[in-house]
Order: sequence, then structure tokens, then C-alpha cells
Amino acid sequence: MSCCAAGTESAAELEALKSEAPSPEEMWLSSRPLGEGRRQVDLIVPGVHCGACIALLEKELPKVASIDHARVNLSTRRVSVVFDDRDHPETVLTALGEKFNALGYPAHLPGGADESADPVFRDLLKALAVAGFASMNVMLLSVSVWSGAEAATRDLFHWISALIAAPALVYSGRIFFTSAWGALRHGRANMDVPISLGVILAYAISLHETITHGEHAYFDASVTLLFFLLAGRTLDHMMREKARSAVRNLVRLSPRGAMVIKEDGSREYLALDEIEPGMRLAIAPGDRIPVDGRIVSGRSDMDFAVVNGESAPQLVEAGSLTPAGTLNLTGPLVLEATRSARNSFLAEMVSMMEAAESGRAGYRRIADRASAIYAPAVHLLALGTFIGWMVVSGDWRTAMMTAVAVLIITCPCALGLAVPVVQVIAAGRLFENGIMVKDGSAMERMAATDHVIFDKTGTLTQGKPRLINSASVAPDHLAIAARIARTSRHPLSQALATHDQPATDMPDFDIVESPGDGVEAISADGDVYRLGRSAFALDGHNEGFERATDASQVILSKNGQFLDVFLFSDQLRRGAAQAVARLAALGVDAEILSGDREAPVKALSTELGVTDYVAGVRPRGKVERVKALTEAGGKPLMVGDGLNDAPALSAAHVSMAPASAADVGRMAADFVFLHDSLEAVPLAIAVSRKAGSLIRQNFALAVIYNCVAVPAAVLGHATPLIAALAMSSSSILVVLNSLRLRRKTTVESFARPVAGQSGADVVAGAGLEASA
Amino acid sequence: MNNLIFLIPIALFLGALGLAAFLWSMKSGQYEDLDGAAWRVLDDGDDKPKTD
Repeated sequence: MSCCAAGTESAAELEALKSEAPSPEEMWLSSRPLGEGRRQVDLIVPGVHCGACIALLEKELPKVASIDHARVNLSTRRVSVVFDDRDHPETVLTALGEKFNALGYPAHLPGGADESADPVFRDLLKALAVAGFASMNVMLLSVSVWSGAEAATRDLFHWISALIAAPALVYSGRIFFTSAWGALRHGRANMDVPISLGVILAYAISLHETITHGEHAYFDASVTLLFFLLAGRTLDHMMREKARSAVRNLVRLSPRGAMVIKEDGSREYLALDEIEPGMRLAIAPGDRIPVDGRIVSGRSDMDFAVVNGESAPQLVEAGSLTPAGTLNLTGPLVLEATRSARNSFLAEMVSMMEAAESGRAGYRRIADRASAIYAPAVHLLALGTFIGWMVVSGDWRTAMMTAVAVLIITCPCALGLAVPVVQVIAAGRLFENGIMVKDGSAMERMAATDHVIFDKTGTLTQGKPRLINSASVAPDHLAIAARIARTSRHPLSQALATHDQPATDMPDFDIVESPGDGVEAISADGDVYRLGRSAFALDGHNEGFERATDASQVILSKNGQFLDVFLFSDQLRRGAAQAVARLAALGVDAEILSGDREAPVKALSTELGVTDYVAGVRPRGKVERVKALTEAGGKPLMVGDGLNDAPALSAAHVSMAPASAADVGRMAADFVFLHDSLEAVPLAIAVSRKAGSLIRQNFALAVIYNCVAVPAAVLGHATPLIAALAMSSSSILVVLNSLRLRRKTTVESFARPVAGQSGADVVAGAGLEASA
Repeated sequence: MNNLIFLIPIALFLGALGLAAFLWSMKSGQYEDLDGAAWRVLDDGDDKPKTD
């Protein structure tokens, strides 16, 4: 286990800790050649928390033969391992995976496809640095001009300012110019149009003033404007990138390839794209099905939760169909691919998502909506000022100078900063509580939501069974069953295995799993224990033994004699009841849409006090429900985790998914929450609403500032000094107002210590397994 | 006025130096792992003199 304090891990990281090391084939597929016989593989190691972890990994990993060096990136929790691929890369990678587990830092491969460094962010940062340099120097020169430099010095300073500002304008301003041009070409106006126009006109008129030895130049205004706006834009981008990289670091659920059995019986690991219909694939227990297929041989239990939302595993045999993405639990299978990856169930869901995307495509950001009114108003005002001064004074130069001053004063500097600063701070608040926001527009949409649709399995419930009658079964029976269950991957067995006490003295068992039925254990003295379905455990006789209809059960028998029955049921996700109550307090309706059967959905809705529920819904049905709500004028929030929820997630006005969700769902959702508690949903709504009201306040502040400053500018009183003062002070005011969101009193955050406590227990368990 | 002839170039040069230093540090990847860098500075290896 890692060296650091328990409780710092999120639920998702704990989940990752339990996962197994990626297979050497998968690591090979994701590695890239560096030349000279060396390759690099990037792995995500959620357990890295501090300097000791870095030192340990960087010292120990190169001790594996053929591994050249390893470099840890603590910010992204990634380790880059460079290895020699010339002799037996598979053994090297197997040894690497084992080394990670032996050190207590389970690793997994990055989830997303796009892993390259972010070029946009680098561009923004460079542009910001250049604008910062230019504005600082031009401002210094301007201050000396304002303090009363004589005419010759003033001209010299203006020329130097012009020379500094020109390259900065071209380099840093191009981000705004291209965006403004793109909007204009499509006949729209965004915030960048008045910015570009203001900056370019200010520079042009100042240059003209400089050439004609004029008194006033606005070089400082045009570059500081760029600097402020770039700062806002960089913040906005940082927020999005942070959330994206966090989502990319989650464990990838879909396989990258599969073991193909060739006609001559040899096996080869092929990437997903290379698998064609008709190929035979070997699927080990614990693997996900890579492409749609039909089982040729083998018998197993399979988890179909991503397809139908049902938590109970189903028995599959030769001839059964297996959609891509489902999980093989107990027995090895051989299946024949029926469709290629491009046409499989997963791809079908993705295309349904693309079709449903219209749900949010029509949404326009608050800033864009504001600027659609603001930009024409500002331009008309500047034009009016120009015409007015032409009529009054007849001097085109004075008229032009005043019009430019109006453009600079009204330039939406505060607006450009107001929205991103609020959203970055709000995203930071959510991040502290384990909620990641994909972008600012998601937060704006979240604030408007009035209806929440929950998926059942995996969202409202944990999607994992738990033993419910541990109090009524005999303790020694439970101990035996728990010990036997340890070897099996079946979810019911794993739920039983959590009751295993490693300290208890137990005879050694010879354990054989019979897929689809249960586990058989023969003790040293010849007693046969069986754990599983009633028909299997009781050897055929007494077959009608059924105790509970709505709960899953497992029977323990000794030499065919009934010993005990264990009952399981899916547990509510932590905080589900509180979340529903708090949603009601926020004035948001809740409903449940589930692919599961009627009875469990009804029981759950009664337990939570949610009156609206629909059971047995197909993925298309969920999308239709979301569309119907939208058409009725609602703004639905979809919360779901399965593959079957993914189309509805992208159709909804705004969407949210737990970190345990299917890959596609996580990518489609606007918000992803890492902690276990469902209270993340009302918290996200509350913070988003608070952010929305702060943004509106900032807009109001900006409008008030304009009401004061614009008349002065129109009347020709706005000298460059006044323009610079007004611009900076309004920006500072807006930023200070946004910082109020940091105050904890405004939003109630939910209890974290509980999460940390339960986390610590799980970590200890995981550590024992890893070291055993 | 005469002072300005060399003072302004010096000021601009120093500013440009700072800008160049920032761009270089970004290009050489020094902002890739800020959290890690904060810890690495505390790591002084095995803290024993080299044996010849």
C-alpha cells in the first residue's frame, strides 16, 4: 500500500486499487516506440501521493530486467516506463505489472484515446506571457507620459510603445481575431468581435496620433485589454483540462483487444479494430467481451449490467449471445465474433448518442447571449459618438478619438473575466468534493435544471450485492462459506468473501468452481462443501428450495446436506435518500428510469420516496423520455452509469455520471463524481446555481460601471489615463465579487470524514491482498 | 533625455529576458508536474557520501 495517509483516496481510486494489472498484451498495444529498440508505456498509478512514493517507484521499477528508467508525474498520477523491446517484451511487461502489484501500487492503462500534451493550453499560456510582457513595459512608458513628459520624450515613448505593442497584438491577439472572424463569417457576433474591433482600432488611431505627434495614445489600453482577457480564457481552459485529465485517468472498462484462436490452434492477441466476424476469441473469467459474439463453448455467469441495467448475473451457455462490453465472471469461454468492433453494440450506443446530441447543441453560453445584445449596442454607440462629434465639431480626428475611447471603455473586459473566474472557483469547490465539471457551459446548464432522472442499478444503488441475513446465519457456516467464496469472481461470492476473517483457523480446501452453478470445496478429511444454486448444492434433491423471490440467494451444503442459506440484495448508494430529500428542497423533481424489473424498482422508489418511476426501459426509451421532457419545456438532468444510459446522458440538457460508469457514459456526461455519495447531485446543482447568480451579479456590476463611464467617454473626457484606471478597477471589482464563492458558508458541503473512514478499511484490505 | 538612450534598452532587455526564461521553462517541461517538483526537492537520495 502507498505510504500516505488513508482517506485521501477517492472512491474511484479505491476501485482502481482493486483492479488487476493490465495484461502485457494490452500494455504492448498502448506503448509507443522511442527508437533504438526502446519503447515507452504510460501507466496510471492512483496510489502515488507524495515524494516517498515517487522515490520508491523510480528506484524500484528499473530493477526489473530490461527496464531502462521510470519517471513519475505526480500531478497526473502517471508513470512513464521506458523499456528495451529487443528481447521478450512480454516477459518484461509481465514482470513490470507484477512489480507494480508487489510494491503496492496497482497500475492501469489510461482510459481515453487522446493522450498527447495539450497544445491549445500551451498556446494560450505563451500568448498570455507575451501580452503580460508587452502590457507591463507599455504601461511603464505610459505612466511616465501621464506624469507629464515633454513633447519630444512623449513622442519617443509613443514610438517605443508602438513597436512593443505591434508584435504582441499580432501574436497574442490572433486568438481573438480568428474567433471573431469565424463568428462574423457565419453572420453572428460573439464577445470577440467588440474585443478585436476595439483593440485594432485603438492601435490604429494611436499609431496615427504618434505619427502626427499627437498627445494621446491608447497602446497601453489595447495590450492590457488583451492581457486581462487572455487571463480569463486561460483560466477557463485550465478548468476544463483538469476535469478532462481526471476523467481520462479513470480505469478503462472496455478492452483494447482480445486473444484470438487461429485455425491451427495457436493464439494471438489482436487489437480491437483487427477483429473480424467469424474469428474465435478466448475470454478468460474477469474479462470484458470485446465485440458482439455468440458462445461456442464454455459455461459461465455474465454481468449484463451495462446492457440492461440488471445487477443479477445471468447464466450463459453455448449458443448464448454476448453483446460487447459485458463482463465474463466465472468460467472461461470461447466465442465467435458475430460483428466487428465498428458495428458492435457499443458502436450502436455511440451512434445513438451522436443522434441524440442535439439536446445541448442548441445551448448558447451566457457570455455569448450577453454579447449578442452587447456587441451591436456598443458598436452603435461608438458610431453614434463619431457622427455626433462630426456634426458638432466637424473635426474627424477628434470624432475618431472619442469613438475609439468609447470602444475601449465599453470593451467587455470585466465580462470576459467575470464568467471564467466564477466558473473556475465553482469548479474548484466541486473538485474538492470529488465532482469534476467538463466545461463552463455544463455549469450554466446545471443551474437551470428542474428535473432529475435517475438510473437505478449502479446509480441509486451500488450495483453490488450485500449479504443481508448475516445476523441470522450460524457464524461457523458463514466463516466456511466466506473462505470458500474467496476464490470466485461471482459478485455474490465476493460479497460473501468480505466476511472472511483471515485470522480464523480453517482446514485447507481443495476448491473447484463450476461456472454457472457454484463452488465445490473438498476438505482434507473428505467432506464436500458446496456453495451455489440450490440444485447444485443440494445435489438435485429438494430442488424446489426457494426462500426469497426478490433477493438473490446462495446455499451452503455439506455432503449434499443443507447447512444454510445466504440472502443478498443490492444496497442503496450512500447518500441516496439525503440526495432525494435535498433535491426536493431545491425544488427539483426526481424520477427513476430503469432497465430492471418492476418489483425491485418499485421497492426502491418507495424506499426513497420518489413517486415517479418507470421499469424495464430500453436505451431508446430513456432517450425518448428525456426528449419528451425537453419538449414540454423542462430542463432534465440525467444521472446514470450504464452503457444503456449513455444515449440519454447525451440527449439530456445536462448529465452526470459516477466514476464507476461505463467509459462511454463517462465521456458523455458533463459532470463526473468520484466519491461514493449521491449527495454530489444536489451539491452540483447548488454550486452551479450559486455560480449563476454571481455571474449575473457581475454582469450587473459591469453594466453599472458602463452607465458611469460611457457618458464621460461620449462627452470626450476619457483620456488614456482614465480609460486605464476604469478598465483595471472594473476588472478587479468583478474578480473580488467572484471570490465570494470561496466562502464555505454559502454552500453546504457534505460530510467527507465518513467517506475517508470507509475508504481506510477497504485500503487495508486491498493492501493485504496485494502483499499475500 | 540622454539617460533614456541606455536605460530604456536595459529595461526592455531585462523584461525580454524574463519572457524568454518563462517560454524556455515551459518548453522544457518544467510546468508538467508541479506537485511532483514540490516533493522532489525534498528528496536527497540516500544521504550518504559516495564511496570510491
